Parts: sequence; C-alpha cells; structure tokens
Amino acid sequence: MTLASFLHQCLIGLTSGGILGLIAVGYTLVYGTVGLIHFAHGDVVMLGGCLAVTLLALAGPLPLEPVAGSLLVMLVALCCGLFCGGLNVLIDRVIYRPLRQAPPLTLLVSAVGVSFILMNVGLLWIGPTDQAFPEAVMTGDRLAAGVWLPTGDLLVLAIVLPAFVGLSVLLRRTGFGRSLRSVAAVARASSRTSGPERFITATFFLGGFLGGLASVAAGIHATTVNYQLGYQTGLYALSAAVLGGIGSVPGAIVGGLLVGLVRAASVALVGPRWAVATVFFMLIVVLAFRPQGLFGRPVAAGRAA
Amino acid sequence: MTFWGQSRILPTVCLLTFGLAGCRPTAPDQVVIVSSLPRTGPARPTSEAIVRGIRLAIDEAGGRAGSFRVKYLDLDNASVAAGRWTSEGEAANARRSVHDPAVVAVIGTLNSAAARVSLPILNYADLLMVSPANTAVGLTKPGLGLQGEPAIYRPSGRLNYVRVIPADDVQGPLAADWAFGRGLRRVCVVDDGGVYGRGVASLFADRCRQRGMAVLSHASIDPQATEFRSFVTAIVAADPDLIYFGGSTQSKGGQLARDLAAAGCEAVLLVPDGCLNQAFIDAAGPAAVEGRCFATFGGPSPDRPTIRGAAFAAAYKQRYGSLPEPAAFCGYEAAGVVLRAIAAAASRDRKAITAAALAMTDFDGVLGRWSVDANGDTTRRELSVSVVRNGRFVYEETIPATGMGGGPDGG
Repeated sequence: MTLASFLHQCLIGLTSGGILGLIAVGYTLVYGTVGLIHFAHGDVVMLGGCLAVTLLALAGPLPLEPVAGSLLVMLVALCCGLFCGGLNVLIDRVIYRPLRQAPPLTLLVSAVGVSFILMNVGLLWIGPTDQAFPEAVMTGDRLAAGVWLPTGDLLVLAIVLPAFVGLSVLLRRTGFGRSLRSVAAVARASSRTSGPERFITATFFLGGFLGGLASVAAGIHATTVNYQLGYQTGLYALSAAVLGGIGSVPGAIVGGLLVGLVRAASVALVGPRWAVATVFFMLIVVLAFRPQGLFGRPVAAGRAA
Repeated sequence: MTFWGQSRILPTVCLLTFGLAGCRPTAPDQVVIVSSLPRTGPARPTSEAIVRGIRLAIDEAGGRAGSFRVKYLDLDNASVAAGRWTSEGEAANARRSVHDPAVVAVIGTLNSAAARVSLPILNYADLLMVSPANTAVGLTKPGLGLQGEPAIYRPSGRLNYVRVIPADDVQGPLAADWAFGRGLRRVCVVDDGGVYGRGVASLFADRCRQRGMAVLSHASIDPQATEFRSFVTAIVAADPDLIYFGGSTQSKGGQLARDLAAAGCEAVLLVPDGCLNQAFIDAAGPAAVEGRCFATFGGPSPDRPTIRGAAFAAAYKQRYGSLPEPAAFCGYEAAGVVLRAIAAAASRDRKAITAAALAMTDFDGVLGRWSVDANGDTTRRELSVSVVRNGRFVYEETIPATGMGGGPDGG
C-alpha cells in the first residue's frame, strides 16, 4: 500500500468514523440517563436521511456553487437535526415513558419494536431501492499531499467537527450540560433506571439532533440512502459506544473514530467481507481487557458506568 | 377447566379450522399457479416486472389453460426487516403450494439461492417449478455446481424444474469472451458472495484465465454494507481495464458502480442479468455508468425483441404504460410454459403437468424458439449485451453460443 493510498484510507476511516461517533453519542446519552439501549436510534438516523433526500429534491436544480451549496447542506442538516430530535422525544413520550418502571427487558423489546416500525416508515417514504443522495455542491476534488480530498468528505467534516465542538461546549460550559452530566452520574452511582423527566427529554432531543446531523453526513459519505441504512449503521455506532464505554460521550466519539478506521483498514487489507467480523473482533479484544470500555468507569452496582 | 370443557373446545376448534379451510373448495375445472418472489425490499421492482409478465400471459390466454380456469396467487418470499428473500418465507411458500391440491405449478424463484430451499420441497410432490430468473449452474447441471448438486434438489429422483433463460455456464464464459473480443485484458472480478453472484463471477474469471487475460483480483463485497469506498480504492489502484461484478442490483451493484465512478475509475464495468434493470442505473446514478457499463442477458435484448417479444412489449406498454424490462419477458415466458404444460397434460395431475413441461419442444415464446433439455434447461445459449446510453440500457450486440474471437486458446 502506497503512502497516498494509506492516507486516503485514513481519510475514509476518519470521515465514516466521525459519522459513527455522532450517532454513537445518541446511544450513549440515552443509556447514561435512562439506562436504555435505544435500538431504534439507527432508524431515526435513517429517517433523517429520508428527510434530507426529500428536502434536497425540493431545493431546485442541484448542484450549486460551493458557498451556496454548503449553506444549503448546513440548513438541511439543521432541519434533519430538529426532525430527528423531535422524533426521538416523541418516541420517548409515547413508547418509553409509560414503560419507565417496567423491567429492562420490556424496554429493550419495545426499542426493537420501534426500530422495525421506523424501518417500515422508511420503506413507505423512499421505497425499497437505494435512493441517490442529491449532490448539493459542485464536485471539485482537491489534491493535498498526494491525497484526493473529495468535496463530500470536506462537507462531512464541516458537519461532524463543529458538532463535536458544540457538544463539548454544551456539556462542559453550560449549566444544562453540567446538570445533564451530573444527572447521568447520579443515575449511574445510584443504579436508578432514570433521571428527572425534563433531562430525559433533553437527552433524547440532543441524541436525536446529533443523529439528524449525522444522517446528512452519512448520506453525503455513502451517496445513497435506503430504508435499511439504520440497521448496519446503528450496529456499528452501538459498537462504537460500547467500545468507548457506554455512558461516556468522549468514549463514544473515540469509539466511532476507531471503528471507522478499523473498518476502512480491514476492507483494504483483509477484504470487504471481513469488515464486520474484524470490527467486532477488535471490540471483543478490547472488552476482554477493559469490560467497561475505553473511557467507561468500572462496573458498579451491577451496571456498567 | 374440566375434561368435558376441554373435550368440547377441541372439536369446536377442529371444526372451525377445517370447516373454514373447506369453505372455499377449488372447482374441479380450476387450477392455481403460484409465484414465489421477493415482493418486499430492493428486489421489488424486478419482481413486479415478472408478476406483470405473468398476469399478462394469463390474461392473454383468457384466464384459461386448456379446459381449466387459471387462478394466480402472487406470494412474497421476502421480509421488510431482512430486505430480501428469506429461507423461512421461501420454504413456507413451497409448503403452502404443496399442501394445496389445486396448485399445479410454481413460478419462481428470482434468486438462485431461494430455489435451493424450495426445490426439494416441491420435488417430493412432483410440483412443477418454472424459474424466470435462476441462473446458478448447480440447480440443473451435474458436475458444474457444488458436490451433490443437482441431485440434492431432486430427492424423489425425478425432475420438476424448468428454467427459461440460460444458466451461468453460458452467461459467465460468454461474457468473458465478449470482453476478450473487445481487447480488454486486465480484469478485476468482484462478487456479492451469493450463490448466483459468486457462481457467475467464478465462471467469468475461469474463462478469463483460459483466454490468457490477467485476473488482477477476485474479492467478495458485503452486500449489507452502505458503501464501498475503501474497497474501490484498492481496485482503482490496480488499474484494470475491466471490472466484472457478479451480483445483482439488490446486492449493491448500483452502489459499487457509484463508488467506482466517484473514485475516478474509468474502466469498463460489466454486470450480469441481475443488474440489467433500471433500478441499477438509478442506484448507480446515470452519470456513473453512462457509456461504460455493459450488462449481459441470456435472451434477446428488449430493444431487439423477437416477433412475439415485440407483440408482448406493445401489449405490456398499453397495459402498464412503460416498456417491459427483461424480467417481464422472463415472467411472461415462464407463465407461457406453465399454461402450455397444463393444456398439454389436460389434467390437474401434477406429475402429468411436470412431465409435459419437461418434454416441451419448439416453444415459440418471447425469448425465441426453444426446447427444454434433459436437465430442464432452455436449449438457447446466446447472450445479448446492452450498454447504458442516455440513462437506460440499450442493445449493443449479441454473442453467439460459440463465443467471440475464437476458442479458449486465444483465437
């Protein structure tokens, strides 16, 4: 493998890993506050992709000049973020909240059920076949240090990196973020199944919002959207959250980047059929030595930190 | 619950179950034809074309086969969650067909791997299965497939399976002959790891090696993946002048074509009949495949149909408002075979109908004039090649059964 090829694979791994990290934060936030693996999160992201395709189709002739196109993408990402955040809150209110005190397995099965329902909604929305994700910005790939930087990858980075920075500021520098983190910490320490409802609602919204941003980035990265997108993307993102230490936001981001890089490397070096197996092998090896994940706290009171 | 309570419930349930089941007895002059296709998920457009072809064939026959009225049952072997055919769905459809005495033939499957599930079940009942789309060699041809094929699909020792398009021992090698004839020498082979995709890709690669062409790589993709950007980078780096994809639109052929184009690949892309549909071009994006993607099909191109094919295309367009895809021709042909077999048998006896189909000679259909050979395959062996022009597949040329550019020794 040449250096240019290696750097190109790294770029692919980092962009896809960043997207997975954004989605993984949704899993980890919800788990940290409610103690629930929100299985339908990947499908919420998929529906965000459906909305993005619909909005971009309504936006008129595409692609646009770089500045106008980029602004359009950011606007669509914002809309998808709000949509997915709202959808996540709706799912919590209608499905999860009435089951808050139910046994964990009941919640888990409900989450799986919601996932299937959303998959059917996606099928009705965009149909059974892959839908092309409209190209909003004129292609003008740039060559830097011997590596092609596709416009799409730059757009993905323009969505993912500010989202990570914004999330970090929100959680560390605002009263809301500090409260959210303390609620999660108290919930973990006391093994309670949930924190106060308003924080739960905010958590679901924040997780969904980031998932909505990720849905646009994922559409640009893969260039297509289909109704089954949520399954595999969700699986990788959940693995990233577990790898980083579920409940830990930095862990989810690092986990996402690691999963993206390992997947890209395994596709290039071992073969595409082995990508899933390689990622999960890495996951098992890491968890064998650190069962709580890379950034998680040791297991306490019967529950992973 | 007392013993008497239980004893009353049981007969009541039995009475209701069998009574309701018997409420709609099939009339003695009626036969049922079943199709088992993936009606949910990415394969739906292709299945829809096949079903439309079947319906048109039955309606053109006046809803009759010989002296029998024909009822058609369109069954789904796929699930939303799987997004593809499932073994459970295909086996359930096969069992349902076997247990309904009015069912005299099954049209299916779309996927060769699905036929491996249902064929043994149908075979025990001597229930005729006519496939409009299966091309895996092992389903019919001894010595070419896996160990034990095709005997494992014929546990009764009798044949019950007919297919209307040539198998991949025609499609794969002739596609390689076509590539050789165009001067393409450096080949990367990709497949979807499935029975059909891996099979046709391997036959293609073998023929390429026989021809002296350089097979630079042969790898399988994960058809569940959302994109193949890392994978295509390695392919582009190998600098091939032809990429062959053994797979279908449902196994991400369109996404692969899209990613190859995005990675700056300018090589010719050659795909088998599983990708010969508009959904493939739509998924790839017309710009990614325009003028450089070629597809093979074991029958005449819809652009250059036979006389009967042209009449079918006109009737199809009048009824459905669009020109038929190759899958629609195959569905129409499969239904034609079934209708003729029922008429020839002049009976609802499954064994007689199956025997009539297997003995069919000089069938004048939309795919040309052909007979059924000793394995249940069509005797036609030519391949048509189409290319993407203006966002749709158009006829390019026909490769005769002898191939192009001489024999395997280089010609």
